[in-house]
Amino acid sequence: MYSTKYIKPNSTLEALEAIKSMGEGKFLAGGMTLIPTLKQRLASPDGLVDISGCDLDSISDEGDAIKIGAMTKHASVAESGLVNKAIPALAKLADGIGDRQVRNRGTLGGSVANNDPSACYPSAVLALNAIVHTNTRSIEADAFFTGMFETALEENEIIEAISFSKPTKANYVKFPNPASRYAMVGVFVAQFNDGVRVAVTGAGEGGVFRHAEMEAALSSNYNADALSALEISSEGLIGDLHASPEYRASLIKEMTRRAIV
Amino acid sequence: MGEISLKLNGKLETKDVADNTLLIDFIREHVGLTGTHVGCDTSQCGACVIHLDGVSVKACTMLAKQAEGSEIVTIEGLADGDELHPMQQAFHENHGLQCGFCTPGMVMSAVEMVTKNKNISEDEIRKGLEGNICRCTGYHNIVQSVKAGAAKMGG
Repeated sequence: MYSTKYIKPNSTLEALEAIKSMGEGKFLAGGMTLIPTLKQRLASPDGLVDISGCDLDSISDEGDAIKIGAMTKHASVAESGLVNKAIPALAKLADGIGDRQVRNRGTLGGSVANNDPSACYPSAVLALNAIVHTNTRSIEADAFFTGMFETALEENEIIEAISFSKPTKANYVKFPNPASRYAMVGVFVAQFNDGVRVAVTGAGEGGVFRHAEMEAALSSNYNADALSALEISSEGLIGDLHASPEYRASLIKEMTRRAIV
Repeated sequence: MGEISLKLNGKLETKDVADNTLLIDFIREHVGLTGTHVGCDTSQCGACVIHLDGVSVKACTMLAKQAEGSEIVTIEGLADGDELHPMQQAFHENHGLQCGFCTPGMVMSAVEMVTKNKNISEDEIRKGLEGNICRCTGYHNIVQSVKAGAAKMGG
């Protein structure tokens, strides 16, 4: 790892001041992606601003939504009574990320800000019509993810919390890569009074995306049979040594079918 | 550079470290406790698992500075003098190791998961060990050891 400076402020305000004082600083959340990236010398920020002391790790019930602080660890979401009661699919998703040690360190905000095309959380943000609260504004999920590893976040903008709408029904099913456990395809299906939202991760060349045709089919009939006539296009899907675009297209349909219960 | 203080196996350690020092290097090189191993150094193998304030983490994927003020337990901190921790004893009795390189991480992961779940099932043990890789592939006896260790720990 290149030499770098480490600062741990006690509030987001102090964190912003700290990062502005650096030429090219980076916010450090759980570090499950950033630390390995630094170790491989794929990044060389002149400073790291650790935001784990900024009091961003609470979970609260907001009536029609569950609000989760950005620094809440995956293990805390998985074990949360509130989340398990209101959105069990979200707790299940958190319980399946990486391995036990990753869940003990990795955070919601870190995962969502990074927008890894194979990360699980972005699919929940999109399917549960979440709102991303930052230090300056609130961003709707549909406007948040702008491409692979790209988000609407501006320079020096910190995610403080994310509000997930409570669905009437939801489920998340992924096909994990047997070695890395990352989602080769993950599908989050959420049913609301005004329709069904389906978000797909692991498959899109532009990162997580909503699947309009499956949403339409499931909104009129929330049943796995509603999918049988659908042809899932492989256009724009990732092809790599793990799976071809065509295989991923087939997994999208199968994971969605399994998610409908 | 800067000073950090943390409790390591019950003993206060205060040292000057560079900001980019990894926690595993602090434990092995600065303090000299080499029971915690570095297998892959890419967060995958789990040979470097320690307990940080009671939860298992991979010490190769954290900066020492992130552990400021915390309480850390490594494999050296489990035994009570010459008396092995029940989980260590269970690994010994069930031949839960072949070459032994992954064992410190396996034992630390096992102790944490059993502490949180006394009546742990075999499926839960296998899921709990997803972050620990044994390249001798001796998983069967490792799982048996964790089961036996859980019983010894009062499950």
